[in-house]
Amino acid sequence: MLDTLSDLYWTYQNVIHGVAVNGILALSVYVVLSIGQLALGQAAFMGIGAYFGAIATTKLGLPFPVAILASILTPAAVALAIGAPTLRLTGVYLAISMLGLGEISRLLLLNWDYAGGALGLSGIPERGDVYLLYGVLIVLIIAFIFVGRSRLGRAMEAMREDETAAGVMGVNIPRYKLAALVVSAMLAGLAGCLSAHLSSFIGPNEYGFEEATTILSFALLGGIGTPLGPVAGATILTLLPEVLRFLADYRLMINGAIIVIAILFMPRGLLSWRMKRTV
Amino acid sequence: MLQQQLVNGVVLGATYALFALGFTMMFGVLGVINLTYGVYFALGAFAALWASKAIGLSVWLALPVGAIVAGCIAVIVDTLLLTRLRRAKAPELSSLMVTIGATLFLYTGLSVIYGTEVRRFAPDFAPSAAFEIAGVRIVATQALIVVAALLMAGALIWIVRGTKVGLAVRGVAENPDAAALMGVNGALVTHLVSFMSGALGGAAGVLIGLNFNAIQPFMGENMMLRGFAVIIIGGLGDLRGALIAGFLLGIIEVLTAGYFASAAKDLVAFALLVLTLWVRPVGLFGRAAAKRA
Amino acid sequence: MATIKTTLDVQGLTKKFGGLIAADDVTFQVSQNTVHGLIGPNGAGKTTVFNMISGVLPATAGSIRLLDEPLDKLPTWERTRRGVARTFQNIRMFGDMRVVENVITGMHSRLKSDIGSILIRQRSFKKEEREAEAVAHEQLAFVGLEKAADRRAGDLSYGDQRRLEIARALASQPKILLLDEPAAGMNPAETHALIPLLQRLRDERGLTLLIVEHDMHLVMSLCDRITVINFGKRIADGTPAEVREHPAVIEAYLGHKVDDRKAAGPASKVRS
Repeated sequence: MLDTLSDLYWTYQNVIHGVAVNGILALSVYVVLSIGQLALGQAAFMGIGAYFGAIATTKLGLPFPVAILASILTPAAVALAIGAPTLRLTGVYLAISMLGLGEISRLLLLNWDYAGGALGLSGIPERGDVYLLYGVLIVLIIAFIFVGRSRLGRAMEAMREDETAAGVMGVNIPRYKLAALVVSAMLAGLAGCLSAHLSSFIGPNEYGFEEATTILSFALLGGIGTPLGPVAGATILTLLPEVLRFLADYRLMINGAIIVIAILFMPRGLLSWRMKRTV
Repeated sequence: MLQQQLVNGVVLGATYALFALGFTMMFGVLGVINLTYGVYFALGAFAALWASKAIGLSVWLALPVGAIVAGCIAVIVDTLLLTRLRRAKAPELSSLMVTIGATLFLYTGLSVIYGTEVRRFAPDFAPSAAFEIAGVRIVATQALIVVAALLMAGALIWIVRGTKVGLAVRGVAENPDAAALMGVNGALVTHLVSFMSGALGGAAGVLIGLNFNAIQPFMGENMMLRGFAVIIIGGLGDLRGALIAGFLLGIIEVLTAGYFASAAKDLVAFALLVLTLWVRPVGLFGRAAAKRA
Repeated sequence: MATIKTTLDVQGLTKKFGGLIAADDVTFQVSQNTVHGLIGPNGAGKTTVFNMISGVLPATAGSIRLLDEPLDKLPTWERTRRGVARTFQNIRMFGDMRVVENVITGMHSRLKSDIGSILIRQRSFKKEEREAEAVAHEQLAFVGLEKAADRRAGDLSYGDQRRLEIARALASQPKILLLDEPAAGMNPAETHALIPLLQRLRDERGLTLLIVEHDMHLVMSLCDRITVINFGKRIADGTPAEVREHPAVIEAYLGHKVDDRKAAGPASKVRS
């Protein structure tokens, strides 16, 4: 029996890893969506985290924990630099600058010869394992649930419903926006680093607009009432392409359609759960 | 040399300005950052390409064809997707997200149908005469681009500022409910604005396709970065700003490519965007009434 | 002689939108433990003044002091922390939350648990939350919504939502409560029921209230003092009796003489 499981794992390793990595990415977009902001820099942050983490181990020979740290802090710094000026303006500025970041990071990575340029970075040492991946995912889900059932979670839901009213409640709007943005960047960077060290190769074209919108579709499909929603959405949208292989060419079209349908017809997503906001 | 670079910059800037005008108008009047706009850009180019190859139209006719096709599709997208959200008074970010989904869907669809290789206009599509003025070489195509862009921009600004239709457009932009109470047909204005914006985007697509002689389904995606930069630098929803910022960006890009590295060219737009956010977030002409949290 | 403490001191408050002067050098004081009315014809500028006091709108000039602490240039959340609470004319409820959760959200500025203690579920955090929930139930009981505590806020009737908003504002332990047209959208019966609640806020809770309102019946029977605004300027300031007879006020309302003996009928709502 154990042999069968072990065989299954080896065959579907990529998908099993993918579900967890996408789950973390879904949580990273969940953070900003749950305060009513749209910041689609997750793919770019993932790429930054992947590259800086991989460079740390591959080129600089540093231990894995250092790579993880780099993959969390670098995106955070970028998020701060670009997001901070937009905090006191309407959410449109943040949305646009994050989309712009997504566009430019791909170009930068393509031209960064030290990191392999268009050929990408290969030979990334294998670090971490499936237990680490899922362990991180589970810890994050629990953390989000705890935060959700506190004044932080209430403040976030209030901001999503009505930002002006939330401010009147005493919620420091710019501070929460910044915190959400930085956390989002850190999670995406972490996902990138973990994923890079389980796939031995990363390339500049893996972190672009298509990936950013795919991450968005995880959260929209699953619903953002609870942290479980986006993770469920990520699981479904990671497994589905495996099951429906014949539709591979149309995967992106389907993602796009999912986003449109979710916004127009299912604003609460598949799981319209709502968290209790008291302890 | 410098003058030549400036000319090239002005030509590029003209296309950016045109692109940005349509994008800005969509935001200024319809209140939505419409990412599908990049698709209209590509659709316009493809439509013109088809018109020139299938019907043998020259650039003078293919350009309007591209613009009109893009404009019509813009109206369709707006009607199918955005009207519903507007009526439900959904948050503006919902509209943005829906256009993201539509963009993905349409781009991928376009590439599935047409394939991703780069296509070109026929060599005789556009006038290829070149002339020299004060030591600067100007190809007729380039002159065409600038003239066409300025004409369309001028027409747009004249319509918006000088006609009753334009007044209605501005009214709807300010306050759709009040405008409706005054007898303005909001739906008609919306369709008109969608059409005009889409047409401008499509026209810009044809002109850029002409300028670089390259047409592929994802050409709009790269342009969107310029679009973002221009509307932030010029000021959200401000037409003058879009015009000026567009030319500025084109000139700076060309100069950067000429005097630094051509790879840096793409970086210019984003760098200017971030710089604007740090120094003067509302842009050149942005209304300082950007909501304070 | 007992000193009357001034809770809110508004001096020379001005707001210009380009060339348009919406509020012009408005000055008045709200005394502690009183109900102060801010009235004026439609478009007179009272909502502008109100929004500047609560911080939603930045002032062009002038100063606002709460118990001698300046509020100028502070964002809304800072003002709430210092004791300014407000309700909204169009009731900005967090509709998806439960009724009691709305009230607890109102306590945001008074709760102290930080992210660390939240993540490890520290006992002090859990204690604070439980106490907050108890206080929230108290506020709900005060406004008469105790039974609806677990219902979805968006499902309440309009009148109940208004009460919920007041409970939510009370939760922040304000030094002054700003009420933006509390009777808006209410029928005469609901308006009539609102008056004792607001009186109890002053008498039982010792609160200070500043009310913007159109409903003359409510204003005249409830307010201890009234400031009248027209065309952005203050044209009168005094007790209801003084204001009622003030020629400028009468003129502003186009000759309607306000008589509160005409009970809660439609004629008592002065709208221009």
